[in-house]
Amino acid sequence: MANTTDTGVSVTDETTSDITVEAPTAAAPEAAPASTPVDPADLVFDVSDLSVYYGDFRAVRDVNMTVERNQITALIGPSGCGKSTVLRSFNRMNDLIPTARVTGDLIYRGVDLYDPRVDPVEVRRRIGMVFQKPNPFPKSIYDNVAYGPRIAGQKKGLDEVVESSLRKAALWDEVKDRLGDSAIGLSGGQQQRLSIARAIATQPEVLLMDEPCSALDPIATARIEELMAEIKSEYTILIVTHNMQQAARVSDRTAFFSVELDEHNDRRTGLLVEYTDTAKLFSNPDDERTENYITGRFG
Amino acid sequence: MALSTIGGNGRTTARVDAEIYRQGRDLKGRGFQYLLLSALFLASLFLITLLIQVLTDGWPVLSERFVDFFTGTLRSRSSDDALGIGQGLAGTFWIAIFVIALSFPIGIAAAVYLEEYASENFITSVIDVAIRNLAGVPSVVYGLLGLALFVATRDGNSTLFAGGVTLAILVLPIVVITAAEAIRAVPSSLREGAYGVGATQWDVIRTQILPYAAPGILTGTLLSLARAIGEAAPLILVGAITDRLAPRGDGLLSLDQIFDRFTAMPIVIVGWVQESGRDQGFGPAAGAAIVVLLVFVILMNSIAVTLRNRFEKKRG
Repeated sequence: MANTTDTGVSVTDETTSDITVEAPTAAAPEAAPASTPVDPADLVFDVSDLSVYYGDFRAVRDVNMTVERNQITALIGPSGCGKSTVLRSFNRMNDLIPTARVTGDLIYRGVDLYDPRVDPVEVRRRIGMVFQKPNPFPKSIYDNVAYGPRIAGQKKGLDEVVESSLRKAALWDEVKDRLGDSAIGLSGGQQQRLSIARAIATQPEVLLMDEPCSALDPIATARIEELMAEIKSEYTILIVTHNMQQAARVSDRTAFFSVELDEHNDRRTGLLVEYTDTAKLFSNPDDERTENYITGRFG
Repeated sequence: MALSTIGGNGRTTARVDAEIYRQGRDLKGRGFQYLLLSALFLASLFLITLLIQVLTDGWPVLSERFVDFFTGTLRSRSSDDALGIGQGLAGTFWIAIFVIALSFPIGIAAAVYLEEYASENFITSVIDVAIRNLAGVPSVVYGLLGLALFVATRDGNSTLFAGGVTLAILVLPIVVITAAEAIRAVPSSLREGAYGVGATQWDVIRTQILPYAAPGILTGTLLSLARAIGEAAPLILVGAITDRLAPRGDGLLSLDQIFDRFTAMPIVIVGWVQESGRDQGFGPAAGAAIVVLLVFVILMNSIAVTLRNRFEKKRG
């Protein structure tokens, strides 16, 4: 498992020496480049110079980051720093806002997600999303989970999909006897786990979670966090969170976003300040702005 | 510094009592409440007076010959035993069919397009304003439109078809507006949730937006139907008949009557009220017809409200 960063922390690992170099002479491990390339099979997202605009207004600029498979990546930062905007560009949810557009590259498994030939519907099936506010459909619990597979045309085996998705979302035992009941009657925490089950049901590779616990109490939050740790082996997770403790608890890597005020038009643009291993970001950040934020001096 | 002083600011218990029991305060609020209540009372008073008036007028007719009145036809004398609203009911029934068949699908489709597909630009906003204005255009103007479009072009033949289509056009803007409002009320979290699991736009409309908006759309459409069957002015222009109309022997569902001369409930009422100067017996007949029409309209509105409540309960 190659552990790569753009910021200097690099774990040189002999198993990654299958990278083709022009000279096949075995280089000494010490001579490995500062940034060890990730095994392409593990590279889920490769983002370079990503900016998101709403009309003429640049909401976020210069996002450069890579996301690896089966890792939890946290996006943190003060309000208005564009972390949710960035998250929503990962599965083209921003397309729903007519004026939104992106520049730069957002490569998912070698495919530029904003290539005109890319079908955003297919993107969202592979890259599922869980929203800030639990948003169960006003249908039965069963129909909520079966929704994604059904619209994808699946007719058989829905019972199995529903059960396994609810099990993975740690909700099965609580609802197995009332799958036909309206999902609206569930508690907030249950509704959010249902949203996760619904997202899992389409068998995505990536789960984007936009502040999934901000509307939940601490016990429900802990359950969701546990759940994330459990399903991490199957999914790549990106989570936006306001809660720094949560980022520190659940994530492998953390991206810290900040805001800059443009003096000319009094508008705020977000930017990616630092992206590194969570342990390092919270103990020994490279950037002063990160340190100020995590120590509570601003934001 | 009496014994009854509470706290640091010298309040006596008596004063605290007076303040806390709030005696005689908020007089303005109370006054406003009564003002609003009297407005409500006044509005209901008109309706109740109207109901009492037409019921007392029409009751003799309804109680004496209930069935005959429904099956009877337009007559020149009020004493004629065959006098009744049969043709008016048939015309109104077919007008309702036209409204349901034309304005509901077209109106709902237009609303879905405006809310879900149309991009926000100058043309869309012009159309939006135009539809709102059309909803406020006096119904007589629609009658003129119907006259020009469906009567004059058909050699001056006033047909049920012309009346039905004219009323369908009349309520079309109302259907579009109410349906668009119901669609706009669908929470964006539902759309996002559906898009987020890979729904196409059509999937979202079919499985989320239309089911969620259905009660609102249904209410709006039923209310507009109630309006359509109560309209008289456009039908007068289009040429609905207020005097004798040859009785049709082939029943309510006969398609032949669509391209034939016609009348409708409001027209029957107008005709009989006009006649009552000449022949006083038409007065009670008009009252009875009004009662029938009002019952229909109130029934339709009640169905609308009941269905909406049931749907809303279902969606939690």
